Amino acid sequence: MKAARLSVVAGVALIGLALAGCTGGGSGGSSSGGDASQNLTGKGPITYVQGKDNSNVVRPLIAKWNAAHPDEKVTFKEQTDQADQQHDDLVQHFQAKDSNYDVVDVDVVWTGEFAAKGWLQPLTGDFKMDNSALLAPTVKSGTYNGTQYAAPQTSDGGILYYRKDLVPTPPKTWDDMLKDCDIAKANGIGCYAGQFAQYEGLTVNVAEAINTNGGTIVGDDGKTVTVDSKQANAGLSRLVDGFKNGQIPAEAITYQEEQGRQAFEAGKLLFMRNWPYVYNLAKTDGSSTVKDTFGIAPLPGVTADKPGVSSLGGHNAAISVYSKHKATAFAFLKFLQSEETQKFFVTQGSLAPVLSSLYDDADLNTQLPYLTTLKTSIENAVPRPVSPFYPAITKAVQDNSYAALKGDKTVDQALKDMASAIQTASQG
Amino acid sequence: MSASNVVAPSSTNQSGKPPVRAGIKKNRRQQSRWALYLIIPTLILLAVVIGYPVVTAIVMSFQKDAGLDPATGLFVQGGFAGFQNYAHWLFQQCMGTDGTTIACPPGNLGSTFWNAVFVTFFFTVTTVILETVLGLWFALIMNRAFRGRGFVRAAILVPWAIPTAVTAKLWFFIFSVAGIANAILGAHILWTSDEWASRFAVIIADTWKTTPFMALLILAGLQLIPEDVYEAAKMDGASTLQRFWRVTMPLLKPALMVAILFRVLDALRIYDLPAILTGGGGGTGHATTTLSILVIDQIRQGFNSAAALSTITFIIIFLVAFIFVRILGTNVVRTQEAQQKGAKE
Amino acid sequence: MTAVAGPAAATAEANALPRTQTKRKGSSRRRNAGVRTGVQAVVIVLWCLLPFYWMVVTSFRDVGYTFDTTPWFTHFTWDNYATAFSTNLGNHLGQALLNSLIIGVCVTVVSLVFGIFASYALARLDFRFKGIVLGIILAASMFPGVALITPLFQLFTSIGWMGTYQALIIPQISFALPLTVYTLSSFFREMPWDLEEAARIDGCTQAQAFRKIILPLAAPAVFTTAILAFISSWNEFLISSQLSSDATQPVTVAIASFTGSQPHQEPYTAVMAAGTIVTVPLIILVLIFQRRIVAGLTAGGVKG
Repeated sequence: MKAARLSVVAGVALIGLALAGCTGGGSGGSSSGGDASQNLTGKGPITYVQGKDNSNVVRPLIAKWNAAHPDEKVTFKEQTDQADQQHDDLVQHFQAKDSNYDVVDVDVVWTGEFAAKGWLQPLTGDFKMDNSALLAPTVKSGTYNGTQYAAPQTSDGGILYYRKDLVPTPPKTWDDMLKDCDIAKANGIGCYAGQFAQYEGLTVNVAEAINTNGGTIVGDDGKTVTVDSKQANAGLSRLVDGFKNGQIPAEAITYQEEQGRQAFEAGKLLFMRNWPYVYNLAKTDGSSTVKDTFGIAPLPGVTADKPGVSSLGGHNAAISVYSKHKATAFAFLKFLQSEETQKFFVTQGSLAPVLSSLYDDADLNTQLPYLTTLKTSIENAVPRPVSPFYPAITKAVQDNSYAALKGDKTVDQALKDMASAIQTASQG
Repeated sequence: MSASNVVAPSSTNQSGKPPVRAGIKKNRRQQSRWALYLIIPTLILLAVVIGYPVVTAIVMSFQKDAGLDPATGLFVQGGFAGFQNYAHWLFQQCMGTDGTTIACPPGNLGSTFWNAVFVTFFFTVTTVILETVLGLWFALIMNRAFRGRGFVRAAILVPWAIPTAVTAKLWFFIFSVAGIANAILGAHILWTSDEWASRFAVIIADTWKTTPFMALLILAGLQLIPEDVYEAAKMDGASTLQRFWRVTMPLLKPALMVAILFRVLDALRIYDLPAILTGGGGGTGHATTTLSILVIDQIRQGFNSAAALSTITFIIIFLVAFIFVRILGTNVVRTQEAQQKGAKE
Repeated sequence: MTAVAGPAAATAEANALPRTQTKRKGSSRRRNAGVRTGVQAVVIVLWCLLPFYWMVVTSFRDVGYTFDTTPWFTHFTWDNYATAFSTNLGNHLGQALLNSLIIGVCVTVVSLVFGIFASYALARLDFRFKGIVLGIILAASMFPGVALITPLFQLFTSIGWMGTYQALIIPQISFALPLTVYTLSSFFREMPWDLEEAARIDGCTQAQAFRKIILPLAAPAVFTTAILAFISSWNEFLISSQLSSDATQPVTVAIASFTGSQPHQEPYTAVMAAGTIVTVPLIILVLIFQRRIVAGLTAGGVKG
């Protein structure tokens, strides 16, 4: 029968296609990525890929570059606003060995994964960058296995927002903050909230709690699992006890950044851990009831002499190993780190710079009153684990700490399971 | 004179005799050729867009995900994995420290597989039942003639016309702790984190969004039922309810079965709504994680394992559809002969 | 006599009967039925429109009051709509609307054409492997769409179709085809084929008979499938987000790119505004075509 013959042919063709597809550099972390030694001196037009440009800083910068480099024009490819989406988009293009993506903006937690897959050009030799003027933790977030793969361009750190009408001096330690919770109760509001919904923000907050208490999630080599320790236990227990004793309101388990901001602006929280972006909004939002009654401070630590450890946020810029014009790409990286550009990030976008000198600039400090607090935060910040298995690690941390915060697991059990899950993740 | 029987145009009451099949073999071959031409475009398109990725996924599911070479710190190809990926999902087997096999610990995606199966089936059963009942109701109303029916029909389609991403964000907004749902109910329900509240949040949002789909398909089915059948029944003294069960439902069955079948297939693959509304979380963290959410999470960690999970999902859905078609008898291959043999009345 | 939908027909019948009490009972029963229908219609409209109403209220609310839960319009502003269309902020909603329209129309037309061909063959022609073909078409709806992204991405990159309209249209046609084929073939099965035979005897070819007699009778099914295919395409996000470029992205991707003025800020009001903008054209389309999805079984010849 004609139809039968046709279907057999079609079936064979399909299988052939599939086999061809999977032998020819299929997906799933195949061979060693691109050749890092190619196109090192290539100059020409490049594309810069970044997630949504919220505050309209990138376009003017690119216009400035293009005016000065008419033969090496930069095209801006804007992704969506969602971090997961940006990650998947980059992965797809790297897997397809796309040479159209030259310089990519990478979140601080993607360095390990992309570097281990061989997609990022190592910044060594001719591409060595001078990191002396930068804040040290930011450089750490772009380094994997001893080699730098990504150049920091913007940073971010968590800060403590507090109601200065109710608490004149901000607490320096977690215990002091808990003592102030009586004031919160007296006023009928919640005491403290961070980001505790089950998403990346939870890893940020849990990492902060663990790191502040002297624990770590993985060792310095990025591989040894160290999260099942006494210090980590102390850290996670602070959050768990906070929920248990009502110092952290029950609904905080649903909070992402925006929900916490909403509660704080409505006057329902005494203390809040959040990113600096809340500052301007809390001051200008029509519905904000705390416009003149809130202050900021570094995160509370364990002892009064050392501030709390914040998880490092921010973005780095990296060169794709498949790019054809790497010399131009490198020059663009340096442009992003130049003082002029960094200042523009602050003035135009209210983004935290990576050049430490800018934090002491008087003009910038008047424009962004939280700059000094932010500097303390970033100087003491610890990046989340720089590991090629970061997606699995963050899942392990989120799942287990969420269960612990809800009281479904003891902290001991949660940390044990977390360690076990991170271990299996690193097995590949 | 053609060889076929002359059948006078009439209502479906008459059972006509099947046409005389003098050259039946030749006729069939000719029809087969025509059928081939007509169906080939569809099949080719499906083969390329869906067949090719499915075969690729199956082939890759037998490969190991890339492992880390400790010397260089770079990923290297994993090699052949046999059924390891499948065992990872079906039996929660993970690699231990010395290459031994251990049970996947909580926090590892493999440990959530059966939970995801339960959640997916739970969502499917509840949403399909709700949407069928509501859709039937909507369709019956849309079928009637009354003033303003155009407006009602357009209003019914609104929930479905809004892009899913926007709907999910809208319901996320509505169900946030300080959102309007809690404001109206005067309650303090943690819609996105409580185990059952989060599931109901997803069910409510999905039912609101997808009922119009069912309503539309059922309405199309209602169009096939001729008026005189109702009138005859009414003349015979049947009450509204009797007319509904004895007349409407049996005649509606084919369209209803198609609608339910496709709705079930879609519900088993649901992704957008729970992902944006709850992120798959709630309860101990997986109360609303469906199989498709698990696939996407796994893709970020290792594609080959995700391919195995997709294949398993495919097989599960295939089994459900198979059972559905067999037991509930979605009668899909009737031909003209069966129709003329008096299947109508 | 031609059939007319609903109670109107019943009334006509009732009036044709000998006039006894039937008439008075009939009219009050008719009134009750009308009231019952009206009440149900109101309930249904409320259920469908209330969340949409909240969406519209939020879209007109000043962004500084995003989390206000007052159920009516307060802090009214057009800003969110301006933001949605503002290309300065990189929101390409205008272009995206056009793209969605182009993609939607192409997907609908092609799926209908292919679908009608295939369903005609399945319902009308006699050949072996019918069950297998139906099974294959159904199986296409069984694979999780989320797993198709990577292979399709690589396929389209390798043939240089990244970011083109075809890369978006072709996968969506495949998603719409199974439902189209099944719905239409279940319709064609129920069609009175005697009519087609009669037309053939009168001299039409098979194709002409199909086009002139059967297809108009199946108009409700065809229009329903068209609406379903169009709205499914309108709703599609996952594949489009990966395969489209700035110039070809549909509205779902464009809206996902909306952002507040700060990182981490969720632009609820702007997204709600965009959602409203995107829904209104569809409502208008449906209002125009809503008569076609309900048939009068006219087109002569059915009732004899």
